[in-house]
Amino acid sequence: MGLDSLVGGTIWDEYSDKVTELMNNPKNMGEITTEQAQEMGGKLIVADFGAESCGDAVRLYWVVNPNTDVIMDSKFKSFGCGTAIASSDVMAELCKYKTVQEAVKITNIDVEKAMRDTPDVPSVPPQKMHCSVMAYDVIKKAAGQYLNVDMESFEEEIIVCECARVTLNTLKEVIRLNDLTTVEQITDYTKAGGFCKSCIRPGGHEEKDIYLVDLLEEYEKEKMAAGSTLGGAESSIEFAKMTVVQKLKATEKVIDDNIRQMLIMDGGDMEILDIKENGENHDIYIRYLGACNGCSSADTGTLFAIENILKEKLDQNIRVLPI
Amino acid sequence: MKVYLDNNATTLVDPHVFEEMEPFFVKKYGNPNSLHAFAGETHPHIKTAMERIYAGINADRKDSVVITSCATESNNWVLKSIYFEYILTGRKNHIIISEVEHPSIIATAKFIESMGCKVTYLPINSEGLIEAQAVRDSITSKTALVSVMWANNETGAIFPVQEIGEICAEHKVLFHTDAVQAIGKLPVSVQDFNVDYLTFSAHKFHGPKGVGALYMKKGKELMPLFHGGSQMGGHRSGTLNVPGIIGMGKAMEQAIDALDFEMSEIREMRDNFEDELLKISDTFVVTPRKYRTPNTILISFRGIEGESMLWDLNQAGIGASTGSACASEDLEANSVMEAIGADEDLAHTAIRFSLSRYTTQEEIDYTLATVKKAVARLREISSSFAYAPEGHESGLTLAH
Repeated sequence: MGLDSLVGGTIWDEYSDKVTELMNNPKNMGEITTEQAQEMGGKLIVADFGAESCGDAVRLYWVVNPNTDVIMDSKFKSFGCGTAIASSDVMAELCKYKTVQEAVKITNIDVEKAMRDTPDVPSVPPQKMHCSVMAYDVIKKAAGQYLNVDMESFEEEIIVCECARVTLNTLKEVIRLNDLTTVEQITDYTKAGGFCKSCIRPGGHEEKDIYLVDLLEEYEKEKMAAGSTLGGAESSIEFAKMTVVQKLKATEKVIDDNIRQMLIMDGGDMEILDIKENGENHDIYIRYLGACNGCSSADTGTLFAIENILKEKLDQNIRVLPI
Repeated sequence: MKVYLDNNATTLVDPHVFEEMEPFFVKKYGNPNSLHAFAGETHPHIKTAMERIYAGINADRKDSVVITSCATESNNWVLKSIYFEYILTGRKNHIIISEVEHPSIIATAKFIESMGCKVTYLPINSEGLIEAQAVRDSITSKTALVSVMWANNETGAIFPVQEIGEICAEHKVLFHTDAVQAIGKLPVSVQDFNVDYLTFSAHKFHGPKGVGALYMKKGKELMPLFHGGSQMGGHRSGTLNVPGIIGMGKAMEQAIDALDFEMSEIREMRDNFEDELLKISDTFVVTPRKYRTPNTILISFRGIEGESMLWDLNQAGIGASTGSACASEDLEANSVMEAIGADEDLAHTAIRFSLSRYTTQEEIDYTLATVKKAVARLREISSSFAYAPEGHESGLTLAH
């Protein structure tokens, strides 16, 4: 708030010179055909992300050396605004000569930083950050196609704010530790919600699984519950009908009440990374910590015990997958 | 070359208008409501300006045309006063607006909706038009107000305000129309059809910014939104914007004089420009010309996101507009395009060109040549027409 927000501005004035230059003359814009890829001795990967009906769409072409996994050439085509085109161009450039495994480590923040004129001045205004996120998503899509895995598997944790890459765990922790009650506070502490604003509440540019307002509400309820009924009744909602946040809470609670203690006694611990719907199944991805990590029963006895308790307490279709 | 084709957003101040306003800054700065000679210098000019404004919309002397700060204020005034007088008191519980009203109506309606008022949002059809029958179908015994714009700012689509006015009269429901895009483009006469409130704004017809007006029919005066020193007959307090009112008066007079020119010459220039644009492959215009204001074109170029088109036009010195994603502070798709709902792939491709009586043929020719170049360049970049190997499943575009 204050003077800057009162006057507003024209977003183009906040573009770096590099963004302007790349919009006017994108270097890696173009196509690669199956024949051209064969001539280069590589495999053609064509990945799409976004949709015209949403306002942003990008197609990424890679030629990958099947022996070394090195991306020999990388080009793009994009339906989008200036920053979408410039971000796609930088993204295609950053992919070149990396292995596919290295390329998936490029994030939207790398793309945005590569477009800066000076290191500490952002290259695009906040509401344009989501354009660089698309550039990042299409890399994961292409890598997923090449490696024949789901693109989601490259993301180890649940990202709530994609523009600033803030994870669910970070947000929960920051909200709880600092007793945050407003979205503005969350943005001040973590930068989440400060860019395209889609993650703040439903109705933004993009649809999300988890919104910042949900997390605040969740925390508010948690405080209320702690204040009134200690160890109150179990949630009456069926697990399958819960939101992702509710599922996480419910799973977290069962683990806290029934499992964590056992693990800690053995010098270990675990954390929930993600919950995904897979047909009828609820796949719960976990990571072992401390002594559990590498323990021989982590993939057998302990795992079965965790899964059975969750099945019994929450839903028969739960599967637990350690990563 | 610099070309301004965004006249639905705002217009240049006509030099004659500026000339009339100029003495009222440094030389004749008296408050017209004071009792001394400084006031006496300004008062007659305000009166002349008000007479010109009344004449411009053919208002009866007994009606009230109250000067406000902008159309947004006028629109807020109507909805909020209706809320205070009818909804809050429990006499009525419902208003009807169209889903493509200006944000100053939509956002205000949403606000009073949050305070307990029921709101019907009338849909537009596939040509971007409102059907008067929909108003009839939505009216209940508890409806306080219908507010439908005269012409839409994005498409230029003209809505059937005469018919809607009749329906409102029949059902004894108050009728407001936002005529911001109609003044100076279409004949507006408040005595020739049933209308209770009508909004307009000077800067859309070559007057200054910061001056709007609300017409209120005799006997239908709303409670004031601004309380204070009882200026404007107590309808709207606040020291009069003397140069602004004088500017609006002159601008109104000129707009009426230029109306025939607008409806013949500008229309012809617009039509020819549109014919040429439509020769570019995969371009679409939604609303038929006969239902549009004479100066407006909303056109979609398939495969080109609106802001990137604005970018290329701007690089060549041309100012146009888009309500589509990325172009403005918020990232919403063009609301009119979404409302039409014909082809989702086009929701983010609409560009609006709006002409004025200052637009020249030379400017149009230059713009046309620039648009052709931009379409070629941006379609080359676009994923919409890009190569994909045999069997590649694309989610980028919907089947078409």
